[in-house]
This record gives sequence, structure tokens and C-alpha cells, in this order.
Amino acid sequence: MALAALPFLLSLFQVVQLTVFMIFCLLALSLDLIWGFGGILSFGQAAFFGVGGYAYGVIGINSGRTALAVVAAVVAAALLAALLGYFTFYGRVGAMYFAVITLTVTLILHQVMGSTADPRYAVGAARLGGYNGMTNIPSLALELPGRPSIVLEPVPLFYAVGATLLLIVALCRALVRSSFGRVLRAIREDERRTELLGYDIRWRKLLTFVISGGIAGLAGGLFAGWGNFVNPQVFSLSQSALVVIWVMVGGRGTLYGAVAGTLVVQFLTNYLGAASVTYTTVLLGVALVLIVLLFPRGLVPSLGLAARRLALGLAQAPPAEDSGPA
Amino acid sequence: MSDIVLETRGLVKEFGGLRAVDGVDFVLRRGELRCLIGPNGAGKSTFFHLLAGTLRPTAGGIRFKDLDLTRLEPHEIARAGMGIKFQVPRVYDQLPVAENLWLSAHVRHGRAAAGTVADRVLDEIRFLQHRNTPVGHLSHGDRQWVEIGMVLAAEPELILLDEPTAGMTHAEARRTADLVREINRRATVIVVEHDMDFVRHLAAGVTVLHRGAILAQGSMDEIRDNPVVRDIYLGKRRRARG
Repeated sequence: MALAALPFLLSLFQVVQLTVFMIFCLLALSLDLIWGFGGILSFGQAAFFGVGGYAYGVIGINSGRTALAVVAAVVAAALLAALLGYFTFYGRVGAMYFAVITLTVTLILHQVMGSTADPRYAVGAARLGGYNGMTNIPSLALELPGRPSIVLEPVPLFYAVGATLLLIVALCRALVRSSFGRVLRAIREDERRTELLGYDIRWRKLLTFVISGGIAGLAGGLFAGWGNFVNPQVFSLSQSALVVIWVMVGGRGTLYGAVAGTLVVQFLTNYLGAASVTYTTVLLGVALVLIVLLFPRGLVPSLGLAARRLALGLAQAPPAEDSGPA
Repeated sequence: MSDIVLETRGLVKEFGGLRAVDGVDFVLRRGELRCLIGPNGAGKSTFFHLLAGTLRPTAGGIRFKDLDLTRLEPHEIARAGMGIKFQVPRVYDQLPVAENLWLSAHVRHGRAAAGTVADRVLDEIRFLQHRNTPVGHLSHGDRQWVEIGMVLAAEPELILLDEPTAGMTHAEARRTADLVREINRRATVIVVEHDMDFVRHLAAGVTVLHRGAILAQGSMDEIRDNPVVRDIYLGKRRRARG
């Protein structure tokens, strides 16, 4: 894959940056799974990301074992998703309220974690640190039994995160192509209909949400290990909205779209940030509005369709494969 | 008595002060084909929703085989062998015809057999050429057929059909009547229908609902000769809303 050659072509800074973009891709994937395939808009992916980050920090600082910390990140986020999902899906909360509830939970976490500046708010050696955040979080390390652990340098970390992303994409693909995934799409299209066919939609939605939360938590854990730092900003309104924007730009329900959308938006943000300091947000906003207007279904589905039409038009060739930039 | 498939006792559903279904005692035997008729607002749809579990009764009970339906979730009722076709076709417009059928077959037959069953039904409703067409691209009448196909694919014991011929041409309606009779060989069927021609063609037992209660039951001829029914429903165009 071209991905493997990238670290040789890019500067160290770019490699580090691309690593965090791939972590964000995981976060976008988690939303695409629940929103793009389950039809359930969750503003809470930032919450799971943040909880994953803090869980990684707490376990990482206290145990020094980062592999365990990553597992803790996934489990903590999945547990929160299970708790939230159980009450909302089994309580038959409507889609709109679900979006609001998940956003509210995220913002509550923002407040709560922000008010932990006092040193007594600590889990073992890990101080939560209020709005300053949790610092001194250990970097991701390779831990083999009986040997000293090796901290992953930027390039190995790039490969580790890249491999994780590919693995999660592959797992998500398998999931959405399974019979579970087909029923999930039916729930997206018409929940009531699916129920009347005899499917219990509640546990299916719950399971999808838990998997989605777990992936977001994984992203959060990797993020904390990448930057050695996590603060309540991960629970902010802008972060919550950003996840939705990534998926919207890339196109939901394709998995590749989530990845592509994240990369496009993040590179655009960086490029505009470098080009002009004052108007970054305005220009970014304009760019996003243009993308949504020109490609209402998102970049990947629209370009896929265009490519297929082009292939059909040029020669009476069979439809082109859907090629996603991943 | 074991041949009774469905039985409601004193079934009541209130919306605020309105009694949409008002003490219905309804008995259906295995293998029966029954038409449910009645003017608009007679409570037919509410009655259907109570059977399907999408509405909970205010009072009274529903037994389906030996199950108390008032305690079950809609998906459990469907799994117990009740299939429903709605008035407005409720199909997955974005998904191909074959996928719609697969989703229905999968509940009953499991992953291994679902594909085969879906293919068989596709053939049965003569939709093989539309296998990969998204249902949303089909005509209204064709979408009705897809939904009938979905009911067939689930092989339910009791089938509720809510106005199966709505939006169909006369010829299509005749074909549907034949199909309903064909389905009736395999399952007990209740049909809600406005089209009297269709009801006559079915030659089935008829139950007339009026203001949430059963007004009359019998064959089509008996119903037609019933002066009360004529009065409120069949002949004269009086205001008959409940």
C-alpha cells in the first residue's frame, strides 16, 4: 500500500500530523457506523473519544502499561455507550431526542472535567487537572513480556495507528456486510417496519452503539498516547460538531467516506490555517458549505457515482469499482 | 376449540375521550379468510394496530394461538407468526427488491435459507426482472406487490392485509384477489378493504365495523341484505363517521 511509503516521503512533522489525522479517521468511522448504517445521529462520539482519552491517561499513568490503557479506553467508552444506549433505545427515545441527549451528556462531561482543577481530583497518581487537562500521559509503547517496553517513535507509531485504522475499517466492512449489517440498514430505512418483520431493533441499535462507542474510545486512547495529553476541550461543542462534519463531507454509509472526509477537512483546516490566520474559520466554513452544496451526498458517494457514469460513458465497460481513498 | 387462531375479548382503545375501538369480540378460525369492512373512522386501522402490537389496548384481551398479545412487543408478535401488510406500502424504498424480500425471509428462515426463499418469492410475484431495482423506483401498484411478497417470504400463519388493492388498477386488483385466495391456502387471512368488487370476488366471510364495534357478520350476501348495514354503509351516502 502507498500508505507504507509515506513516512519516507514526508517530513517528521507531517508524519506526526498524519498520525493524528488517522486517529480522527477512527473517530469519524465510529460515527459512520451508528449514523451512516444505523441511521442514528449521535453527537456523543466526542464524549466517548474523551472518556477513552481520560481512561487511557488514568490507567497509563498508574500502571505504566499502555496496551492495558488502550484496552481500558475501549472498555470505558463502550460501557458509557452501553449505559446511554440502554436507557435511550429500550426507553424508545426518538431520534431527535437521542441526538440532543448525546450532545448534552458530552457538554456535561465538558463541565465536569473542567471543574477538576483541584489536586484532590485524582485517580491514583493521575491528576485530572481541570481545564488544563491531564498531562504526563505515557506514550504508546510496545510491551513484550520479559523485556523493557519500547516507546513507539513517530514513524513506528504512524504504522501502528495506520494498521489499526485498516483493521477497524476491515472489521466495520465485515460487520456492515453481514446479515446483522443488512438488518441494521433496514432499521435505518424504516425502524417500525423492521420491528414488524420480527426483528428486535433495540438490542441491535444498542450493540451498534456500543461498538461505535468502543471505536471512538479506541481513538481517544490513541490520541492521549499520541499527544501525552488530554483536556476537557475534547468534550467541547466544536469537537462534537466536527465529527459530524467529517462524516457529512465524506458521505455517510460508506466507511471510506468517513476516512476521506476527515482527511479533507483536516488538511483544509491546516492549509487555510497556514495561508491566512484571520479568516481561517470563515474560509473553512465557506469551503464546507460549498462541499455540502456541490456534493449533497458527500464526496465519496458523489465521486463514486461520477466515476461509474464516466466509465459507462467512455466505453460500454462494466461499472467501475467503487474506489475509496483509504 | 383449538382451531381458533385469533380471539379478542372486550377490546377497547381510547384516544383521549374518543373510543376508536369499543368492546370488540372477534373470533377467527384457522384457515379462514375474513374481510373487515366499515366506513372511514369505524376503527379498522386501530383494530389492526392493536393486533400488530403497535398500539396497546385500553382494556380487553387479544389471544393469538395460545399467546396473550397484549404482553408482547411488536417484533415478538411478528415472530410468533403474524404478518402485516400496511395500507400505504411500507417497503424499504432505498433497498433493492431482493433485499426487501431477504429481510423478511431472514427472520423466519435464518441466514442459510433466506436467499433461496427470497428467490422463490421473487418468482412467485413475477418480479425476477426487478431483482436489483430499488423499490422506490417502482410504481405504486408494484410496491404493493413487493410488500405482499415480503409477507409471503415470512410465511406467517396469520396475515393482516390493510387495503391491499389501494392504488391498483382493476386488473391488478383482480390478480391480487386471486393471490389472496392462493395465500389463504397456507395461512389465515384478514383483509381490510373498501373495494366492494374485490370483497365480492374474494367470496369470504365479512365483518362490518361501525363506530368501533362489530355491527354485523356473515357472508357478503347476508351483509348486503342487512338493512342496518345498507343504511350506514353500502347504499346510502349518509354521514356515517363515528
